[in-house]
Amino acid sequence: MSEHDNLPERSSGSSPVDLSKGHVEGTGGLPARFENPGLPAHVHRHGDDDDAAARRSERQVAGLFVLSMLATVGFAVAYFAIDKNSTVTLPLVGVTNALHVALGVTLGLSLLGIGLGAVHWAKTLMSDEEIVEERHVLRSDDGARQGAIDVLTEGGESAQIRRRPLIVYTLGGALGLFAVPLGLQLVGSLGPLPKNDLSTTLWSTRIGQRDGKGGRKRKLMRDPEGTAIRLTDVTLGSVFHVLPEGINETEHPLNEKVKASVILVRLEESKIRSQRQRDWGIDGVVAYSKICTHVGCPVGLYEQQTHHLLCPCHQSTFDMTDDCKVIFGPAKRPLPQLKISVDTEGYLVADQGFAEPVGPSFWERG
Amino acid sequence: MSTETPARSADALRKDDDTSAPAKGAGAVGAVASWVDERTGTAKGFRYLMRKVFPDHWSFMLGEIAMYSLVILLLTGTFLTFWFVPSAGHTVYDGSYEPLKGIAMSEAYASTVDISFDVRGGLIIRQIHHWAALLFIVAIMLHMFRVFFTGAFRKPREINWIIGLTLLMLALVEGFAGYSLPDDLLSGTGLRAAEGFMLSIPVLGSYISYMVFGGGFPGEAIIPRLFTVHVLLLPAIIVGLFTAHIILVMVHKHTQYPGPGRTEKNVVGFPMMPVYIAKAGGFFFIVFGITALIAGLVTINPIWAYGPYEPTQVTAGSQPDWYMGFADGALRLLPGFLEFDLLGRTWSFNIFLGAIALIPVLFTIAGAYPFLEAWITGDKREHHILDRPRNAPTRTALGMAAISFYAVLFFAAGNDIMAIKLHLSINDITNILRLSAVILPPLVFWVTKRICLSLQRRDRDLVLHGRETGRIVRTADGRFFEAHEPLDAHTRWRLVAFESNRPLELPEGSDSNGVRRMGAAKQRLRTRLSGFWFNDRIEAVTPAELAAAHHRGEYEALEAAAVEDSHPQEFGGHLHGGAEEIGTSHAYGHLEEEKSDR
Repeated sequence: MSEHDNLPERSSGSSPVDLSKGHVEGTGGLPARFENPGLPAHVHRHGDDDDAAARRSERQVAGLFVLSMLATVGFAVAYFAIDKNSTVTLPLVGVTNALHVALGVTLGLSLLGIGLGAVHWAKTLMSDEEIVEERHVLRSDDGARQGAIDVLTEGGESAQIRRRPLIVYTLGGALGLFAVPLGLQLVGSLGPLPKNDLSTTLWSTRIGQRDGKGGRKRKLMRDPEGTAIRLTDVTLGSVFHVLPEGINETEHPLNEKVKASVILVRLEESKIRSQRQRDWGIDGVVAYSKICTHVGCPVGLYEQQTHHLLCPCHQSTFDMTDDCKVIFGPAKRPLPQLKISVDTEGYLVADQGFAEPVGPSFWERG
Repeated sequence: MSTETPARSADALRKDDDTSAPAKGAGAVGAVASWVDERTGTAKGFRYLMRKVFPDHWSFMLGEIAMYSLVILLLTGTFLTFWFVPSAGHTVYDGSYEPLKGIAMSEAYASTVDISFDVRGGLIIRQIHHWAALLFIVAIMLHMFRVFFTGAFRKPREINWIIGLTLLMLALVEGFAGYSLPDDLLSGTGLRAAEGFMLSIPVLGSYISYMVFGGGFPGEAIIPRLFTVHVLLLPAIIVGLFTAHIILVMVHKHTQYPGPGRTEKNVVGFPMMPVYIAKAGGFFFIVFGITALIAGLVTINPIWAYGPYEPTQVTAGSQPDWYMGFADGALRLLPGFLEFDLLGRTWSFNIFLGAIALIPVLFTIAGAYPFLEAWITGDKREHHILDRPRNAPTRTALGMAAISFYAVLFFAAGNDIMAIKLHLSINDITNILRLSAVILPPLVFWVTKRICLSLQRRDRDLVLHGRETGRIVRTADGRFFEAHEPLDAHTRWRLVAFESNRPLELPEGSDSNGVRRMGAAKQRLRTRLSGFWFNDRIEAVTPAELAAAHHRGEYEALEAAAVEDSHPQEFGGHLHGGAEEIGTSHAYGHLEEEKSDR
């Protein structure tokens, strides 16, 4: 190895270079930049010169391929032999399904055997002498480029595009409009218009209602048992997940649940800070929409001690003693309150629907 | 008709026809090759393809992993469609998984549970599919980082950069669609949040939501619709774009890292046949094999444990798959006051910015970057030699700043988990992350840029003064030096083979008559940006500088000047020696050289 071959020697007559002043250009006789020294000499691998080493590599590659075959056989055996319900305990993994693990491991080994074998073959036995391929500039030569432009202009001229603007404009119009029918069909038929669906819940209708008249108030029912709740059932500190009476008889129960789900708690009346909140509940029993005003997850976590409601999706926190206002997190609006009272049999019922839309904000809610 | 063809008999007409038989030889391979070539004429193209050279570097395998994950996804996904029922129709579970027996659920969920428990080997296919999806997006992103930090997006590869970005965006959507299909509690909660995102879109939000879900949420239309999107629409687009991506890689030929023998006009590496067929082909099996091993040993998305989707239920620690984490994190960080009522309408920017606007905005910025950089540098040449990240400090720093912003959002998606595991207040964690999202990117930018510049200086030092050998030499007059070993030309080339862009000079704002030049403001902006990009820069060592460093007389003069400049009293003499002291003419230098020769 001659390290100094390319070392630039100072040619006579060059002016001194002052490195302390930062970067300097070359001075007399020296090139401005270093030259590319070209490919370094190829260094032989162990197996290139030593036949024993090469044979060892050959055996290793073949061994990996054999491992692959064995694993494949193992997969087939496992597939038929292992009961699909039997379990196995593995270190770190714990108790797990035996068939699943056996299939995964054998499949993995079968594939890895092929892959590792092939790569090992390439690295140890195939030539590792680097090859140089020339690049060519991507652009076409000027003649070809002009030719392409000529084809376009000549084509245009022969079609008389310039001379017949009427055709051009009408064609543009037709092409611009042709997607409209398809788009219209898609946009028009994918779904119904929202109308006031987002603003209403099942609570705003009454049981047995006909043409908006008659019927009785909907009871608050336990979710998922579907049983009515007496005021006396709601002891201090208890939490009820509530759905409106008759929700399973609706056309789309899931769609109704998404909007009508309610959380019911009893607070000490003295702790409630808002007069309206007290008025809309009974004896400290208050009902609020369980749908987060952020993006609509159920606000499922109630902290009994702090009276905070926490949404597990994005951690918006609502204060139940302060009209469910947001005290932390990304939500903006308080959870809407459901006005409740007690019917003649002592069950909790909803007096009216929510006073505002529940759940996530949307453009028209205003 | 000026030229007249003489009349010929049918036999005479055929006598020019080429009916030559294929060349003999080369055995069976030759026979098959001839058969195919005579019908397709592909031998030339095939020869070109088989001889195509690919450079070797570990970072070039990242894109390969993405490619192979896609193949695994297509394969296992097809398997899954044979058992999955894409329907929200109601059914009652009656399979072999005891805890769910008798529970009402959708057919989509029931069939996913069946795939997991009652279809032999179904779970392994499902888990390979899910793991491969996670790996797919990891690999795409790492591949993208590699391309960005090495400047591989420069001319002529801008189109491929944009195709790649589009692929990443589609992969995110495709992943989310697949994640939502089983209709378990977690994915249903994710869809519910997605509906909330749509509702936040100004003007059109509720219409879009009702169109997508075919009415109110959840309805029964979304599962079959998502299924079509997931197995037909998006895969077709992804495969199409991916094909274009690969064809462009072939047309452009692969980029390569700077090194001896590598130029802008060549590709140095190994040929497709046989090396890359074995290496890349083998690597497919390795990726597939590792995915299968992980899928066999590590449970992912155990939907049976979550239960079917029920709108009134939710689990604590609800989180999306990792690749959607950053958008979810953005939602957790955006404060509620960004929502307001104006003109009788609700503007939910607390949701819209993170859930709807974030992804397109990030991708637009990323897509615009190559063109911005090209405009600032004014560089219109083709680039096939990659930049070492340190040699483009501002670009590298911008990339790291973007990654740090992404990382803050990503960690924010786990703020609840962090609060539980670390016993910290979730409010504090969220507030700290909010602050970090603003402060961290500029900080990371500055630190990265300094690190890059320092690394460049270190490279310069290495080239100028060689490697420290650790051998202390005492000269006859009692001075001490450490012998430095000069770099050989090949090693040195890697460190000096880069161009350092210079900031643009601001041209005169007005011409000699005092008239403002057209586009002066644009030019000023460009100059200012160019200054931001290139004011701090380190040039590559030139031969003259190296010569100066090697020549004792000059060097001593410089060294003395430098010492006087900085710390006049600190050094009693030239204790800090250099390669110049043990130059070619020096006895110890020769010794060193001979040693390294062996």
